[in-house]
Amino acid sequence: MYVIIEAESIAPDVRRIVVAAPKIAKKHQAGQFVIVRVTPNGERIPLTIAESDPAVGSITLFVQAIGRTTTLMSELEAGDHLEDVAGPLGRASEIEQYGTAVVVGGGLGTAIAYPIARALAEAGNRVIAIVGGRSREYVLLEDQLAAHGIEVIPCTDDGSYGRKGFVTEALADVIEAEDVGVVFATGPVPMMGAVAEVTRSKGIETIASLNPIMVDGTGMCGGCRVEVGGETKFACVDGPEFDAHQVDFQLLQRRNTSYRAFEAERMDDLKSLDAEHHEQLLAEIRGACKTEAAT
Amino acid sequence: MIKVPRRTLNKLDRVTMPEQDPLVRATNFVEVNDGLTPEQATVEAMRCLQCKTPTCIDGCPVNIQIDQFIERVANGDIRGAADVIRMDSLLPAICGRVCPQEAQCEGTCVLDKKNKPIAIGHLERYVADTVRRYGLEPPVEPIKPSGKSVAVVGSGPAGLACAADLAKSGHQVRIFEALHQPGGVLIYGIPEFRLPKDIVASEIDGLKALGVEVETNAIIGRTTTVEELLSDEGYDAVFVGVGAGLPRFLNVDGENLIGVYSANEFLTRVNLMGAYREGAETPVLDLTGRRVVVFGGGNTAMDSARTPLRLGAEEVRIAYRRTEAEMPARVEEIHHAKEEGIVFDFLVSPVELLGNEEGWLTGVRLQRMELGEPDDSGRRRPVPIEGDIYDLPADVVIVAIGNSPNPLLPATESRLEQTRWGTLAVDESTGRTTMPGVFAGGDIVTGGATVILAMGAGRVAAASIERYLASGVWDEVPEPA
Repeated sequence: MYVIIEAESIAPDVRRIVVAAPKIAKKHQAGQFVIVRVTPNGERIPLTIAESDPAVGSITLFVQAIGRTTTLMSELEAGDHLEDVAGPLGRASEIEQYGTAVVVGGGLGTAIAYPIARALAEAGNRVIAIVGGRSREYVLLEDQLAAHGIEVIPCTDDGSYGRKGFVTEALADVIEAEDVGVVFATGPVPMMGAVAEVTRSKGIETIASLNPIMVDGTGMCGGCRVEVGGETKFACVDGPEFDAHQVDFQLLQRRNTSYRAFEAERMDDLKSLDAEHHEQLLAEIRGACKTEAAT
Repeated sequence: MIKVPRRTLNKLDRVTMPEQDPLVRATNFVEVNDGLTPEQATVEAMRCLQCKTPTCIDGCPVNIQIDQFIERVANGDIRGAADVIRMDSLLPAICGRVCPQEAQCEGTCVLDKKNKPIAIGHLERYVADTVRRYGLEPPVEPIKPSGKSVAVVGSGPAGLACAADLAKSGHQVRIFEALHQPGGVLIYGIPEFRLPKDIVASEIDGLKALGVEVETNAIIGRTTTVEELLSDEGYDAVFVGVGAGLPRFLNVDGENLIGVYSANEFLTRVNLMGAYREGAETPVLDLTGRRVVVFGGGNTAMDSARTPLRLGAEEVRIAYRRTEAEMPARVEEIHHAKEEGIVFDFLVSPVELLGNEEGWLTGVRLQRMELGEPDDSGRRRPVPIEGDIYDLPADVVIVAIGNSPNPLLPATESRLEQTRWGTLAVDESTGRTTMPGVFAGGDIVTGGATVILAMGAGRVAAASIERYLASGVWDEVPEPA
């Protein structure tokens, strides 16, 4: 049982959840993730650790309500519990002296970029964060990034805030204007693929944090296979970060659709519940958590 | 006990395990074998010759006093039989179901020469199930605490066996499990229809009753390191039994198409995550009416083939590069698989996995093989028949060709020396690793093997941990007499 200490909405369908996990908080390094189960029969989902506070013994997760599990997780409040939190998993980001480093985050990908940007800044790099969203309210963590001395370039698809257009356009301008030592891309697969294309001709080291389907997260199942430079890698133990110029993004995109039909069906089941039954389901989840916590 | 003349008993055939009809069981996840009836068990036990020097005991990796427990079954003393087994084996309900008896105790039974070996595995299971069903286990005696504590990493058969022995000696034992549920391969790997999960759960409950603590979601090497277990957390010794959990793939084109699973992933989705249940939160590809090809010839390959049948697959084939005689699976599993309608393609090897433009698997390309000269393992090596290649349609492929040791834990502790196969280097007779205070056993030492061998290794390590805790001197852990 892992107690939720804080829970708040920070954008439409995006929640910030702080959960008590002292051992993980102590070990966490930027780039790592946890596997979370929300309910007693729940699936195991990987979520990037956005922040950790070893003193309090907590980690911060950002979750976007897309499928059934993430939607249920988004409805939990402080005082509720997560069934399981395991980690920290994956290799830590390679934080070095790059001079100028750019992190590119699209949508919830900004939450993955955030710990990397912080670590880069703390290591003495000049860090530029290009953060994109559909419209103004989808641009995440701008203030938090700025608070760490990171220059933020917000972009929106509809031009309601910051630059109008894709993050890749802003990136092209940045790498044109100055020497950039490294680019980290985190976000939807097509965006990461596009970032890799922008930096390829200039030969700028570019790292993508991949988000394949996972089960155990410890190298045991191989469900998270990705191809990097023609070689099969397990994103959970060999990654999640890889040389973006070598990653087969098309394969990743395809593999991520493996269970689309199932996911849609389970989401429809959830949506089709009326308010009363929805409340009942949540109560059951909370009830199950509390009973087990008591024993 | 009723006196029956030996010559009458000699005429009797080996008992036949009552089982679900193959066509019925291929549609459900209920256990295949029903278990012997009391009458069957008694008669089977009476068939035992009670040899003066029982060869079966030598065939058992943990040397259960087989003749003695069988004698008690023949006399109707099931509790006594359980007491005999318990002296050497802590997981009889599990081992009676999953041990390769034909290669162990039953293979060395004198009656094996007449093709009628005593069904030792079935009897072991009968004893374990009977005491469990009727609550005949002896009450847990209070154990005097030794004041020592041991961390057991991994809750599979090696870890459970090690933990049990140490707990009985009064040591405080805590098991660390990476997944959210303890049991290791017994939970995520072996399917419900072969090893019901409530049996594993009850074995683990038995350990908890002895005072063993179980911590899930604890990934040693990540959440906590082995070094920290010894230094910060103050354990007096550590046992590493993390198994061989890094699936091998075929190394052919098309391996990352959608529809290609490792056996670990497929079985974990179904067994641990319950993907076969109505309303499951974890998906597995819909197999209704689908064609499945499984690569491999071990027990995991049999499990990976029989599970899709139960999920509605139209046709399931096992493709193996040697012949049936070389298959490492238990004879009973091969027999059950055939009965259920699994098709076996022998002497074939995958050349390529075929897919469509959307990245989904559509078939497999196979190379026909023939047996050549024996290789290092003594088995005749399969060699390709030049030009004899054909395609089979397939919607799902499950790769069950074995596991390599998972490097996650060894990679985080430089003092744990590895062999060139990635297994942990240990002193075989004591389970001592190259890191003081740390012992290891099971698949992380041997590479993929069996439940009983892992259990045996867990017990060997427990015995030397015992001696180490008593002496406190690492270099002088005496070898067992």
